[in-house]
Amino acid sequence: MTNEEALQHQTQVAHGAAVAAHVAHHKQSFITKYIFSQDHKIISRQFLITGIIWAVIGGFFSVLFRMQLGFPDQTFPWLEDIFGKWAEGGRISQDLYYTLVTMHGTILVFFVLTAGLSGTFSNFLIPLQVGARDMASPFVNMLSYWFFFAASVVMFSSLFVSTGGSSVGWTFYPPLSALGDAAEGAKTGMDLWLISIFLFIVSQLLGGLNYVVTIINMRTKGMFMTRLPLTIWSFMFTAILGILTFPVLLSAVVLLMFDRHLGTSFFLSDIVIQGKILPNEGGSPILFQHLFWFLGHPEVYIVALPAMGITSEVVSTNSRKPIFGYMAMVGSFFAISTLSMIVWAHHMFVSGMNPFLGSVFTLFTLLIAVPSAIKVFNWLTTLWRGNIIFTPAMLFSIGFVSLFISGGLTGIWLGNAAIDMHIHDTYFNIAHFHLVMGVASMFGMFAGVYHWFPKMFGRFMNKTLGYIHFWITIVCAYLIFWPMHYEGIAGMPRRYYDYSNWESFKMFEGLNTFIGYVVIIVFATQFLFIFNFFYSIYKGRKMTESNKNPWKATTLEWTTPPLPGHGNWEGEIPEVHRWAYDYSKGDRDFIPQTEPIGEDEGEH
Amino acid sequence: METFFLIAIVLLIFLVIFQISKASEYVSVLKGEEKAMRQSNKINGFLMIAFLILGLIGVWYCNKLFYPGNLFSWGAASEEGLIIDKMMWTVIYITGFVFFATQILLFVFAYKYQYSDKRKALYYPHNNTLEFIWTSVPAITLTILIIIGLKHWFKFTGDAPKGSQIVEITGHQFAWEMRYPGKDGVLGRKNFKLTDAAKGNPLGIDWKDKASRDDVHVPTTMYVVVNKPVKLVINSQDVVHDVGLPAFRLKMDAVPGMPTTLFFTPIYTTEQMKEKTGNPDFEYEIVCDQLCGKGHFSMKGIVKVVTQVEYNAWFRNQKSAFARAQEAALSAMNEGEAPAKVDTQKDLALEN
Repeated sequence: MTNEEALQHQTQVAHGAAVAAHVAHHKQSFITKYIFSQDHKIISRQFLITGIIWAVIGGFFSVLFRMQLGFPDQTFPWLEDIFGKWAEGGRISQDLYYTLVTMHGTILVFFVLTAGLSGTFSNFLIPLQVGARDMASPFVNMLSYWFFFAASVVMFSSLFVSTGGSSVGWTFYPPLSALGDAAEGAKTGMDLWLISIFLFIVSQLLGGLNYVVTIINMRTKGMFMTRLPLTIWSFMFTAILGILTFPVLLSAVVLLMFDRHLGTSFFLSDIVIQGKILPNEGGSPILFQHLFWFLGHPEVYIVALPAMGITSEVVSTNSRKPIFGYMAMVGSFFAISTLSMIVWAHHMFVSGMNPFLGSVFTLFTLLIAVPSAIKVFNWLTTLWRGNIIFTPAMLFSIGFVSLFISGGLTGIWLGNAAIDMHIHDTYFNIAHFHLVMGVASMFGMFAGVYHWFPKMFGRFMNKTLGYIHFWITIVCAYLIFWPMHYEGIAGMPRRYYDYSNWESFKMFEGLNTFIGYVVIIVFATQFLFIFNFFYSIYKGRKMTESNKNPWKATTLEWTTPPLPGHGNWEGEIPEVHRWAYDYSKGDRDFIPQTEPIGEDEGEH
Repeated sequence: METFFLIAIVLLIFLVIFQISKASEYVSVLKGEEKAMRQSNKINGFLMIAFLILGLIGVWYCNKLFYPGNLFSWGAASEEGLIIDKMMWTVIYITGFVFFATQILLFVFAYKYQYSDKRKALYYPHNNTLEFIWTSVPAITLTILIIIGLKHWFKFTGDAPKGSQIVEITGHQFAWEMRYPGKDGVLGRKNFKLTDAAKGNPLGIDWKDKASRDDVHVPTTMYVVVNKPVKLVINSQDVVHDVGLPAFRLKMDAVPGMPTTLFFTPIYTTEQMKEKTGNPDFEYEIVCDQLCGKGHFSMKGIVKVVTQVEYNAWFRNQKSAFARAQEAALSAMNEGEAPAKVDTQKDLALEN
């Protein structure tokens, strides 16, 4: 059976429909088409829209806790209307504050920047860019979304239990997370939180396996690994990282559940809480931190790599230039992924672990800056002597590079164990990771949405709204996070409900108020995007057959019909003859991957 | 009413932005996409360079606002901290240079190479020399930073200097407790199962260990001597806390079941720091740097750095923890709590 036949066969089995060439034309009910769909494009939209909803919730939570920090003396009666006893007198309670902080982290890291980002674009782009009719297993792919959905439902419901949602930080270090006596948010809310993360991990593993198998096995004819667009490389490394590390988090979740409910002592020892002497002995909280960060660190690359892939693609297309150093880009993806799995304990320099371990992790941590630097220089060189078209996607990609530089450089401070002793767990750290993986990856996601929206929905988003969205967002991102470095070098700790009692940090009161205003503005601005997104799905300018490659890109997805059905291509899947970056080669503006290499033309 | 107006204004702004954006889309269709693209490209190209210039001004202004008066700007108040400050300055210069160089290149390239009919993009897929340079230069720089960093890291986490004063600091939700060895210079044994605040033993000190009898327990405030190294033995009773000493530039987690250590040498007394910072309220604050529950933000300790003479005078006035525990037991007996009485008497008999 040839590759093409295998794919056809696969699609048919999945749908039980006897279709040959026109896979797209079989009738489906609303439920099988839009709800329990096995079409990777629909699943990707499901991930995206769920991700957007979570982003609004997670973002709103940050507005609330920044209001507490920015205006600690004011009361907001409407908060009591929403939160009742959790915001008595219009002031966020300490318990609620820590729940908001925890949920903001959890939602943004896991639900938005993992599921929303790689769930959306891995699903959407892998089959379209490697030339496959769907994922290797569309059914497992569907399960991946519905496990995520179940995780979402459980997480959302955890906010409504009487003791409140989890309030122990997204890193959920025991004993705090293991003992209901330690915090209100470590009671039922914590159990639900753990169950939700359990389901989420299942979803990620199902999805990740599918992505890797599809990329390795289902590339169309001529699509050698070295001809893959960088997006696909980034999704593959992301998926591999997830497959290797999420199970370790799963073990931490399960062991923690045992400690909570079965009386085991994996992470507990020598504890006296609220006057009660616990019987647990011999456990180690440090063990948990190792298990957690074994995922926790690769996780930031799971978040960052897809954004890098999308940026590479968008920067190259809109500079009308091939990406500079394709093999170096792939190599640095590989180096980043490998190193990312042996740097986890840099989160634990001051945890009390053996200092010798600290030295090993300093070494690898700083080394990871090398492949990151290669990437930045390659993006810069791609821009150099290009012919740049500023689409909204391009703006967000340039923004990504800028934020990645700003946030990445401070990693060199934090990664050095001796310096980390001062700035660990301060606002310096907040500024660092929000710039480099938080806002930057968000920018990668925006770039992806603006760039592939026409392919997703067959319509265009409004450009002007996109420009306004970009400029306000990047300005606000810097206004919020840049000054935080100064709070950090003063040693101002993160996760504080109120700083008014601290002599050392009094000078930052005004700054926190300022940040409070900026946060509100930037949050409101995101509604321009959300409105633009949903409005354009129904009312955007249509993409026509004659304009079906609007960015004049070389990759395969633009060879499909404007709004491809399930199966992606009508008729044969096109064959690939060249790499994805033949822009401005010879006297041609761009040469699609499907065009054979000319007689007197060399490969790149 | 105010809220209502605010919402109305925000909605109005949204509506205006939306209408303008929609109109601009119609205009671009009428004008032809090419022409519209060229126009919007010009605007965005200009904004790129404007953002760069305003951003650089912003960086300068932010520094002007938040550097003076910053705890960092006074310099570290410990010998170890001075080394960390020095390392930080080295890294500030290196990363600062790279920051300005790359950001300027990024936005200048974006501005300079914005679309023009006259230019054709350069087909330039790779260049091994360039790639070699920007792999090896960062690698060498980082290696140097690693070597400097590790040298100091091993020093900071190694053994405390001989003759260090020992202070035990124990965290619990949401306060710090200090314990000093008495004349013998040795901290008595502890066992968390002996913890009993009602019997005057909130730290779980094992009175059977003779070394524990002269230990002194002081809540919240730690007294140390200027220019004399201090070795902290760090404990936690419940969840993970962290002893953060921003003015000394150091911190270390407090982990239940696993004592950790940290040493530092203060070089200014609290009084000297008050003068240095010009802030009569200045204190060396101990911050908790690891989320430990809802009172995390209020878990404050104080380090009082004093001269040896002042320290001796202070220490002389402290009662030992054992003496306090006995007092607590006696007063409990006087209150006539029968079961408690039997217990304490037995305990005391055993110990004596």
